[in-house]
Amino acid sequence: MRLEVGSILVKDVQFGAKTEVKNGVLIVNKDELAQVAGDDESIASVEVYLAKPGEEIRIIPVKDVIEPRVKVSGKGGVFPGFTSKVDTVGEGCTHVLKGAAVVTTGKIVGFQEGVIDMSGPGAEYTPFSKTMNVVVKIDPVEGLHQHEHEAVVRMAGFRAAEYLGKAAQNLKPDFIEVFETKPLLEQVHEYPDLPKVAYVYMLQTQGLLHNTYVYGVDAKEIIPTLIYPTEIMDGAVVSGNCVSACDKNPTYIHQNNPVIYDLYQGHGKDINFIGCVITNENVTLSDKERSSDMTAKLVEFMGADGVIISEEGFGNPDADLVMNCSKIEKKGIKTVLITDEYAGQDGASQSLADATEYGDAVVSVGNANEVITLPPMKTVIGYEEVADTIAGGFAGSLGEDGSITAEIQVITGSTNELGFGCLTATTI
Amino acid sequence: MTIKVVHYINQFFAGIGGEEKADHRPEVRDGVVGPGMAFRQAFGTDAEIEATVVCGDTYFNENLETATSEVTAMIQEYSPDVVICGPAFNAGRYGMACGAVAKAVSERLSVPVVSGMYPENPGVDMYHRYAYIVETSNSIAGMRKAVKPMAKLALKLARGEKIGTPEEDGYIPRGIRKNLFAGERGSRRAMEMLVKKLKGEEYTTEYTMPVFDRVHPSPAIKDIRTAKVALVSSGGPVPKGNPDHIESSSASKYGRYSLQGIDDLNSENSETAHGGYDPVYANEDLDRVIPVDVLKEMEEAGEIGSLYEYWYSTVGNGTSVANAKKFAAEIAKDLQSSGVDAVILTST
Repeated sequence: MRLEVGSILVKDVQFGAKTEVKNGVLIVNKDELAQVAGDDESIASVEVYLAKPGEEIRIIPVKDVIEPRVKVSGKGGVFPGFTSKVDTVGEGCTHVLKGAAVVTTGKIVGFQEGVIDMSGPGAEYTPFSKTMNVVVKIDPVEGLHQHEHEAVVRMAGFRAAEYLGKAAQNLKPDFIEVFETKPLLEQVHEYPDLPKVAYVYMLQTQGLLHNTYVYGVDAKEIIPTLIYPTEIMDGAVVSGNCVSACDKNPTYIHQNNPVIYDLYQGHGKDINFIGCVITNENVTLSDKERSSDMTAKLVEFMGADGVIISEEGFGNPDADLVMNCSKIEKKGIKTVLITDEYAGQDGASQSLADATEYGDAVVSVGNANEVITLPPMKTVIGYEEVADTIAGGFAGSLGEDGSITAEIQVITGSTNELGFGCLTATTI
Repeated sequence: MTIKVVHYINQFFAGIGGEEKADHRPEVRDGVVGPGMAFRQAFGTDAEIEATVVCGDTYFNENLETATSEVTAMIQEYSPDVVICGPAFNAGRYGMACGAVAKAVSERLSVPVVSGMYPENPGVDMYHRYAYIVETSNSIAGMRKAVKPMAKLALKLARGEKIGTPEEDGYIPRGIRKNLFAGERGSRRAMEMLVKKLKGEEYTTEYTMPVFDRVHPSPAIKDIRTAKVALVSSGGPVPKGNPDHIESSSASKYGRYSLQGIDDLNSENSETAHGGYDPVYANEDLDRVIPVDVLKEMEEAGEIGSLYEYWYSTVGNGTSVANAKKFAAEIAKDLQSSGVDAVILTST
């Protein structure tokens, strides 16, 4: 499969009469966007805000972040199985409003949603303080069940991103990148002297606010399977998931999976990147055993010499990570793991809930328990009172002055386990 | 303002004597003694050693609790900004004493401590978390070399300045995980690590996997019909409203809640505080997390002796192993003293 990704660089975002991109400025027709996003009888209200890098703005609770895109050629839509039919994506050409993002917020569904600060110390920890954000605040009708509430907001975000992405349809990209993975046997023969590397992409699937979808299917219901890297880059995997927002992958990060991107950078030079296995992180032991057995088998089936395994979440999924690692290593295939740590607020505890002697090559993306004070912001989009109860907050997290003292666990993407950011931890 | 320092040394460095004098009891002297001279020189006018506490190594180690308290009380008298212990080089019992003093001073007085030891000194292994221990040579010949970085660290700590990495400031890693921003993003680091691992080249893992404790199960209950059974859960089951505000993640506490007058948990009287799983089904019927209804029935039918009148709850989500261990030790003690015979542990 061969995918061209054409990036239209967005340097600013403004409201205006017509949704379009002019000289690098994304102009948004606020009412039209609200109408598209709110097109659901379960939605009571939609408000649209802009949040730009450096502004004194806090968004809380953040549910998802999505990159606006449009399919220019090739099959499928930008969110196959959701806003379009389930046609296989990953081929042809997709245009991206690079530098722009849709952020969804609104009344809290659970405990589990995140925070984005556009300036101050918190901004350093989230990738979405650097994007021009179109914030869509969605509140559902009264009495909506939590599961439906989550689904309604998720879909509204996809509609908003698709709507904005259409502005990129007829534009000439500022730059084009091409990614290609061939059918397995051909791909193996292309670089016969380079080590064959696969990517094991673990998807969070523990329930409400812990779900991930593949072509519209809840990934809880899949058994691990092979997928072309370009399918993932083209919207095959989306998020339903922001619990402990630090280490959950918003849709934006699935669309821009950094492991896939960086493996392509090394492809043909240091490695032969032959493909991806997606697997899940279900809560029962039999599911864990089945999925890790299947994953190890598929990696072997592909003939991989080495894999990168990325986790999504912590605690319970540490068991999946450890099973995947040890079962793959036992087949003589080398592994590198990407995980975050829960070493306690003082950093003195052991960091994982499970361990294996085979896990001898680990990339740490930081200790999520480390405490940070986020100073008050001039503007809060959303509902700041949830700071005391979201995962990573505690009674008294929200100060009288509007500051928040909490673990970096509350910050969307702070310890992203695809290694989207530069954070790490070291022993002192 | 001049920084106030108290120095702890053993009987040998105080010039009292060797092994034959190692039962020397704690004493405090104003000003510098022995190696304190070298520190005074290193400090110049920035800091003043107000007092030196001396104790024999045998006395300290054989009367660990008393000696620790005596020495700590002497140190407290001077309200120091920082305490220096040793350096102890490779003297094992001296290192252990320095470590115990460091632990007590840092925990009880909240005063930072600097020490110096040879890496194989048992005091390092036992107490590296409680002091910044500068790596020294294995003998007193390394005194001059040890004093400089120890004095520098002491000044930094007393001033509340940021301490650098172990490499930068020359101390033995304290086993504490600290976040920092690397030069490359995580995915890039992972790819580079994999390339090295595949080539058989040396690479450094960013996290060394822990070794876990294994808990042996207790022997089976002989007669469950006479046993007092308790419920303990990390699934966050709490009375409605979460009265103790147990955190949805990274719990800093646990709760003990009465079952008096409760035969069944429901959405009126209880909920989960846990933020790491789908709470909908637990909030509808918390018996799904701790089976109070069934156990009450079994108690009624004589199938178990009794259900203990309290349940214990915390949130396992993101909670550090160290905190979990602490909660468990306290809960176990409580259960034991209440004559509980068996515990049903539930998670989520």
